[in-house]
Amino acid sequence: MWKFLHPYAKPERAYQLCQTLQPWFWSLAAVCLVTGSIWGLLFAPQDYQQGDSFRIIYIHVPSAILSMSTYVAMAVAAVVGLVWQWRTAFMAMIAMAPVGAVMTFIALVTGAAWGKPMWGAWWVWDARLTSELILLFLYMGVIALYGAFEDKQQAGKAAGVMALVGVVNVPIIHYSVEWWNTLHQGATISKFDTPSIAPEMLWPLLINLAGFAFFIAAVTVVRLRSEILRRDVHRPWVQALAEQRENRRAV
Amino acid sequence: MNPRRKKRLTLFLSIAVLIGGAVSLMLYALTDSIDLFYTPSEIIEGKDGRKPQVGQRLRIGGMVVPGSVSRDSETLAVTFDLIDVGPKVSVQYTGILPDLFREGQGIVATGTLLDSRTIKAQEVLAKHDEEYMPPELAEKMKGIKHVKPDNAGN
Repeated sequence: MWKFLHPYAKPERAYQLCQTLQPWFWSLAAVCLVTGSIWGLLFAPQDYQQGDSFRIIYIHVPSAILSMSTYVAMAVAAVVGLVWQWRTAFMAMIAMAPVGAVMTFIALVTGAAWGKPMWGAWWVWDARLTSELILLFLYMGVIALYGAFEDKQQAGKAAGVMALVGVVNVPIIHYSVEWWNTLHQGATISKFDTPSIAPEMLWPLLINLAGFAFFIAAVTVVRLRSEILRRDVHRPWVQALAEQRENRRAV
Repeated sequence: MNPRRKKRLTLFLSIAVLIGGAVSLMLYALTDSIDLFYTPSEIIEGKDGRKPQVGQRLRIGGMVVPGSVSRDSETLAVTFDLIDVGPKVSVQYTGILPDLFREGQGIVATGTLLDSRTIKAQEVLAKHDEEYMPPELAEKMKGIKHVKPDNAGN
């Protein structure tokens, strides 16, 4: 069933795929982010309770949701790397880690900036905020562990196990607002129910969510390309690629 | 899938499942400490058979009972009652309340228990719900008339 994926285990094919996808991801990200942000920040109506302050939702919610999705994607790459022993899977894992860490950081910072005017506090040690902070530490742990090994295949295995184990935190983040009583409010859109947000506010949010996703994909693809080149720098195909580029510049 | 891959897959999946199980047992045992606040009925009737002691520092979370807010005209002192589904607990506070503080709003207050149903709060935080809608819709659905602070006097 998954046979069509097998050629991409080869770094060369993965590199070519990245090259094809990259312009699509960048342009879709730009279109979605510009539309969603302008619509959300300028044209969506004010909230009945929070007025204009609620507009930070257009940054906070996409970054928070995608910090978790990126973690899951990273863990899937780790499993593929560990079980099928694909070098490219570990490269994809480590390409995603810093992007997800930055998303988590954005979610925490925008959340603090939203919490101060609305709740009255920058930070509260409630279950949602604490588990999201732990997610940031997990990302940092994966990056640090990967960096600690000289042999990158070993590094991938160690960091992969850590990424896999940390997945347990993702459902905790999602359900924290239901399992415990928290200051953070419950889920607005990520639930099996009608979203509790007016449609004219929801659309820009969904567009921005897609925009953030494409942005993450684009940055991941760029990072994956450079990771593949760095790891395969002595392989003939990379040298051929470099030569080709050299020749083009010479002409 | 060849047998070595199958073995590795079961190994890593069982590691993940075991750790998931361990963490969920831990979190289940820690439920009381992870909860951010007591509800008013938990303060009066006790939570799992244990009542909070007088003098204990704690957080309380509940709805502000409409009509219970009374402000001192000279100072910033304010008292109000919080409720969930059972009895009311009254809160004393001196300081500036968050913008979202109003009757019927969810509030989380940190303070010490003065007697079984009074709390002296040092910090009052506003909790808001997960619903977002324009003011006109809120007026229609919830009967909330939203007045901007700078227009409130007119």
